[in-house]
Amino acid sequence: MTVHTPIYLDYSATTPTDPRVAEKMIPFLTEHFGNPASRSHPFGWTAEKAVENAREEVAKLVNADPREIVWTSGATESNNLAIKGAANFYSGKGKHIVTIQTEHKAVLDAVRELERVGFEATYLAPESNGLVDIEKFRAALRPDTVLASVMLVNNEIGVIQDIESLGNICREQGIIFHVDAAQATGKVHIDLEKLPVDLMSFSAHKTYGPKGIGALYVRRKPRVRLEAQMHGGGHERGLRSGTLATHQIVGMGEAFRIAREEMDLENARIRRLRDRLLTGLQEIDEVYVNGDMKQRVPHNLNISFNFVEGESLIMAVKDIAVSSGSACTSASLEPSYVLRALGRSDELAHSSIRFSIGRFTTEEEVDYTINLMKSKIGKLRELSPLWEMHLEGVDLSKVEWAAH
Amino acid sequence: MAYSDKVLDHYENPRNVGTLDKNDPSVGTGMVGAPACGDVMKLQIKVNEAGVIEDAKFKTYGCGSAIASSSLVTEWIKGKTLDQVMEIKNSDIAEELALPPVKIHCSVLAEDAIRAAVADLKAKQGNTQEAA
Amino acid sequence: MQTATYFDHNGTTRLDSRVLERMLPFMTEQSGNATSRHSAGRTARQAIEQAREQVAAAVGAYPSQVVFTGSGTEADNLAMHGIAAANGVEQVLISAIEHPAISRPAHALQWQGIKTGLIAADANGLIQPSALEIAIAEAGKQVGLVSVMLANNETGVIQPISEMAEIARQHKAWMHTDAVQALGKIAVDFAELNVHAMTLSSHKIHGPQGAGALILDKRVDIRPLIYGGGQEKGLRSGSENLAALVGFGMAAELSASGLAPRREHMEKLRARLEQGLTELGAVIFGAHAPRLPNTSFFAFAGIEGETLVMALDRQGFAVASGSACSSDSTEPSHVLLAMGINPDLARGSVRVSLGYTNTMQEIDAFLLTLKGELQRLRKLTAIAV
Repeated sequence: MTVHTPIYLDYSATTPTDPRVAEKMIPFLTEHFGNPASRSHPFGWTAEKAVENAREEVAKLVNADPREIVWTSGATESNNLAIKGAANFYSGKGKHIVTIQTEHKAVLDAVRELERVGFEATYLAPESNGLVDIEKFRAALRPDTVLASVMLVNNEIGVIQDIESLGNICREQGIIFHVDAAQATGKVHIDLEKLPVDLMSFSAHKTYGPKGIGALYVRRKPRVRLEAQMHGGGHERGLRSGTLATHQIVGMGEAFRIAREEMDLENARIRRLRDRLLTGLQEIDEVYVNGDMKQRVPHNLNISFNFVEGESLIMAVKDIAVSSGSACTSASLEPSYVLRALGRSDELAHSSIRFSIGRFTTEEEVDYTINLMKSKIGKLRELSPLWEMHLEGVDLSKVEWAAH
Repeated sequence: MAYSDKVLDHYENPRNVGTLDKNDPSVGTGMVGAPACGDVMKLQIKVNEAGVIEDAKFKTYGCGSAIASSSLVTEWIKGKTLDQVMEIKNSDIAEELALPPVKIHCSVLAEDAIRAAVADLKAKQGNTQEAA
Repeated sequence: MQTATYFDHNGTTRLDSRVLERMLPFMTEQSGNATSRHSAGRTARQAIEQAREQVAAAVGAYPSQVVFTGSGTEADNLAMHGIAAANGVEQVLISAIEHPAISRPAHALQWQGIKTGLIAADANGLIQPSALEIAIAEAGKQVGLVSVMLANNETGVIQPISEMAEIARQHKAWMHTDAVQALGKIAVDFAELNVHAMTLSSHKIHGPQGAGALILDKRVDIRPLIYGGGQEKGLRSGSENLAALVGFGMAAELSASGLAPRREHMEKLRARLEQGLTELGAVIFGAHAPRLPNTSFFAFAGIEGETLVMALDRQGFAVASGSACSSDSTEPSHVLLAMGINPDLARGSVRVSLGYTNTMQEIDAFLLTLKGELQRLRKLTAIAV
């Protein structure tokens, strides 16, 4: 079997739409094109029915009631709606928010916006393995804390937070608990009937669905209230106005149905591929895995290659599509804030690569990637004065570098 | 980020990668930059008795533009005298490689590396002359 | 079931097959994340920038003025909330006939202590520039933001936006217009309209649902509605809805290039329709004002609109009673009430909004069916009374 380059290993940035999903969507772009809010004719009714079926599929994947699912344009909007909506609604009780330094920008920036309008926020540092210490989390909560937001699966390092323990602490103290699960659906089992979570954000395009559609879970019992962020025709029970993109909703429903049915088999296969990749890459000297390896989704492998500069590394591996840090920040050359929060040096953060494996990754592609990395890292180190010094036994941290 | 063909050429086929004996009295070594800044360049020059650079080697930890800048410089300085290479300006390097504004610092670093290597050599030879 | 004649194009439109063709590759194999730097990401980025150019060209704007959003509603919210928040606006004026996507955010601004005033409509559904002058004079505070829609979704009446923009500018207020219904039906030119911000929507112009845009003069300070990865120059975070934006771009290009013949065709159909409606005794709202070529909003005295819509639906004609977004409420249209129409007559309102694919045969069939349904309903009413 031949390998076609570039090899896509960036499934955490976005996933290709599953062909079964695309097939389901197309009729809703053509013959069933109605506006689901049109109540006066069957074009609207057909669209509305499809929207409600999809809502059930999304609810089923996370064991929620369909009435708890609100459509949005994506996880970014879900996070904004959850955080700003809940903080504003409950601001009478207090104005303090707790979140984690390694959250997605959509969460961090929404919290920052709240700080601008008078809220206070604590950005808790994770441990060096990327996981949140439960007791440190408890200690960060204050009597005036109204909201905590912690992601289920980290987008850069794939670690899985102990949402249940964190949520229980929030429950005890009457704090609204939001979880960004954009990277988790189809990768970890989510049971919202059991999990003490009040709000949860979802995205379709990280789970083989289309872009431009997401959802927010809003708990009914005990009921969680939100201040709407977008006003208009009163769609989604007033929580989120704007015409729903029926074909995209249908796509998300189908993507989540497939995820529910195939997740266990798929994860086992992906874990084998990831382990193969890890074993291969660990044959290279001076590589460091970022993030806990046990409490982690099998799809993600984030590795730093010491003594190699990040940008030249990306140039060297252009036959594979990977990310150095989160896709959303890769327009800037800042070292990944997630890796920095783990205490990684700037150099190691710069030289990190996130490999994310998915539904269409093959063993041949993994083997190709291992060989490519071995040869390219070798070549770059051949060029690297730092590698030379390392081999000579020089302690780089003791060198006085000429500033420039 | 789009790289010029010249940058890509030097990046794919870097010239004069390697190391000269830094204890050789006819070898000058310049090391500039810092790992935390994302670039470290090591440039070495070997001069003959006529004061002409007969060999140059480099190693660079840095982005494609930094690698290309140092590779280009090794080509330029071979066969030149110390005085001649001191006239190489970072703008010449940036122009030759069509570096975008955000990569100008790579050419500055390469110019600094030349100066550092020449200074190192002159310091060594000054010492040798004094000793003699 | 869906072989019905579709007369609800102001609600949503059927996707143009050329738009679908352009979108399909982006729904499957080319679905990179536009922010990623590798080649899949770059292809996505190029496709989005092309769509931006197409949308800009369709409305006489610069590509750099196009901020993509997830819907027209979102663009309206971005304009209202974003401009008010960034400029410390204390007083907002909107027309009395705005879509809820403007009137609801304007209402929500009041919770933040920002005053909202209404600009009155006349009996023809027109917002006269003099009414804006009056509203400014009567406003308690310095007006910071004015929003009046370019064409009304119910009556199709086209508003004198550039004249109002001039007045707004004289009073140092930002001027926004919701051009969602106008695009694809009449020429829309951002520069000529003289506004600072303008809302567009894809699914009203035979593009896909899930895409909209705010055309924005760069001098306007604005705060985002959605924060995150910093897409759309920080004004609209969230991974771009690639396929939908590509489709929107294509739809915008097609709507602008084929405008004249489409417009002429729809005008002809509507003239025939309204001649028939008048003969049947209909009152046509806004008929004496400049209107979109495709929209006819009418009522028959004594006939309940919802009943007539349902009756027409059973006969295979998809029409609306007022805007889709409020069509599950039985309140009479706020637009008609603002025009001073009697609430009883307003409850009878039915909207036919044509598309360029509709035919004269469909109009004739509709009029014939309508005549029969009216006779039937009038008999029922007569018996009931």
